[in-house]
Amino acid sequence: MSRFTVAILVNNQFGVLNRVTSMFRRRQFNITSLTVSETESTQYSRITIQSEGEEDTKQQLINQLYKLPDACSIIELNSENTVSRELLLIKLGNNPETRGEITAASDAYEGKIVDYTKAAVMIQMVGDSRKIDNFINIMRDYEILEICRTGIVSLERGDETIRNVTLF
Amino acid sequence: MRLSGSDILVRTLIEQGCDVVFGYPGGQIINVYDSLYKYRDELHHVLTAHEQGAAHAADGYARATGKVGVVIATSGPGATNLVTGIATAYLDSIPMVAITGNVPTTHIGTDSFQEIDITGVTLPITKHNFFVGSVDKLADTLREAFKLASSGRPGPVLVDVPKDVQIAMWDYEPQAKVEPDEKSAAKEIRIQQAAECINSCERPFIYFGGGLIASDAQEELCQLADKIDAPIGCSFMGVSGVATNHPRFLGMQGMHGHYACSISMHNADCIIALGARFNDRVTGNRAKFATKAKIVHIDIDGAELSKTVNVAHGLRGDVKLTLQKLLPLINKVERPEWMGMVEGFKTEEHQNGDNRQGMTPKNVIETLNKHLAPNTPIATDVGQHQMWTAQYAKFENTRRFISSGGLGTMGFGLGAAIGAQMGTKEKTVLVTGDGSFGMCLNEMATAVHENLPIVVLVMNNGVLGMVRQWQTLFFNKHYSNTVLDRKTDFVKLAEAFGAKGSRAFTLEELDQSLTEAFSCDGPYLIDCAVDKDEFVLPMLPPGGSMDDIITKIGD
Repeated sequence: MSRFTVAILVNNQFGVLNRVTSMFRRRQFNITSLTVSETESTQYSRITIQSEGEEDTKQQLINQLYKLPDACSIIELNSENTVSRELLLIKLGNNPETRGEITAASDAYEGKIVDYTKAAVMIQMVGDSRKIDNFINIMRDYEILEICRTGIVSLERGDETIRNVTLF
Repeated sequence: MRLSGSDILVRTLIEQGCDVVFGYPGGQIINVYDSLYKYRDELHHVLTAHEQGAAHAADGYARATGKVGVVIATSGPGATNLVTGIATAYLDSIPMVAITGNVPTTHIGTDSFQEIDITGVTLPITKHNFFVGSVDKLADTLREAFKLASSGRPGPVLVDVPKDVQIAMWDYEPQAKVEPDEKSAAKEIRIQQAAECINSCERPFIYFGGGLIASDAQEELCQLADKIDAPIGCSFMGVSGVATNHPRFLGMQGMHGHYACSISMHNADCIIALGARFNDRVTGNRAKFATKAKIVHIDIDGAELSKTVNVAHGLRGDVKLTLQKLLPLINKVERPEWMGMVEGFKTEEHQNGDNRQGMTPKNVIETLNKHLAPNTPIATDVGQHQMWTAQYAKFENTRRFISSGGLGTMGFGLGAAIGAQMGTKEKTVLVTGDGSFGMCLNEMATAVHENLPIVVLVMNNGVLGMVRQWQTLFFNKHYSNTVLDRKTDFVKLAEAFGAKGSRAFTLEELDQSLTEAFSCDGPYLIDCAVDKDEFVLPMLPPGGSMDDIITKIGD
């Protein structure tokens, strides 16, 4: 089982996210991360989905995506040629005993403290999923109050764009 | 010209070549029905007894003609009653446009009377669906629906039109009928690789499904078979794709397929699959399916390639166009050894076949065969009678077997027969069972009202035969809820609807009833007695393989 990331350019229309995720649900493809955003054109939205499965699952997933009339372009993003980022917000208990260790870890991971009260501290962090996972794991030794992460956004390196890809 | 949304809707249907639509009126579609009244000379609307029947009729019309079938229903229950019909069309890739009314846009999302989120409900059973939020989009959305339904792998598309959109005025300019997206052949390199595979094999087997019929590739198929000296088999959905009496045709493959067909496929070293999708009813145990064969699979839907069974060569493209490019690359050969082996299988099938006299299912269908014209559409419901029809009915022309394969919808047949009759104008046969017929027999009223020449042959065995067969074989004869023991008098029932009917207990009586039925202008029902312990054979048990095939039932 391996993880893979697929970017889909879809018509920016009401209900389009539902059409995509409905297909995932009824064919039992697992979604590990999902982001949707507007793009440089009001005509399109971009959906970035991370999923996991064997090669044939991946191929079937992509083939089924092609069949959605609202899907305009689909690419699989391979990790070597792609910049992928997630944003994490994590809120931790602010105790004098742990404060120093938390801020040290945050500094090491290039996190930024974005809220600070007597009782709690909130850290913002940007990075690839593994970095975020690692930081959260370290924080499990402390009092995590809540976590929110965005899911992956990805773009290919170089001047290639998803709009250059034509549907087969 | 300035027209109301409902006028635009009906004008667009006419513009798109519709001559008949099926449906049922209601509160949120009433404006469209007013426009149907206005344009009644240009577009014939068939009022059914139930929206499900209308959906099946649109489906049957599409199967028999290849054109897009159209069904219209109101919001709420009208729309949900279409669901089984839409799902039936979806699973069998039938082009259909379903139009539903809905509450005004100002009321959407407030749980209004007869409001249902039908685009949400039908999301997994349509190719695509549309909610038309404003009248300026109405005509183009409908055109897009026709295009989508008939392009690529066909399928149903639903268009939901709120009442205020039907009332609002907008400019309408007639346009030409939309054409489906242009089809293309598979990639050159894939075709070359497939040709090499076919040229180097020794025991080729050609296997086709409904996609061959949709692609209209019968001629290319037969050319290929002659060139490589191969037998031909089909899936259930392929029945009527080539003439039953074609010398290379072995019939249907699968759970209740012909023995010679299944065993030939099992022994082949190369299977050339054309517009078929290797459903579980075809493969049985996938691990033991056609283990000796390399599979060359041509399908217009790329997602079907290696979906359930791994194929050596997956060719995404239109079957007809791809075969046209493949044929010149194929060497002409003769394979006396392989064809001899196939002949041997045919002899075996004949010896193991049902050669009993009297009112057996096989003899019933063969008696029916004597009355058929080359173009007679035969619709069925679902169950034993359906398999017997697929096994024994004779077809000369394509698109003449109208049956629910993928979804297996009991109650499909009568509506579908109505649609097929209206599409082809041919005398049409419905072979049904007493179980299936009981589900949607209300459409007899429609057949009578439209005075349609439909011969309804009810194979009446008093039980739900197919489930009973499984209970006999796999559930220790626990006949749980499969013994109908109803007191329904089907002949009186037909008469109550205003149709004619008669009863047949012997083949002679059946022959006589059929003679009468085929000379009758309107619907005619034959209540035909069949023994409850008849089996559909051969049978590959679910999840089984060729090793488990049941060809005879021992006592």
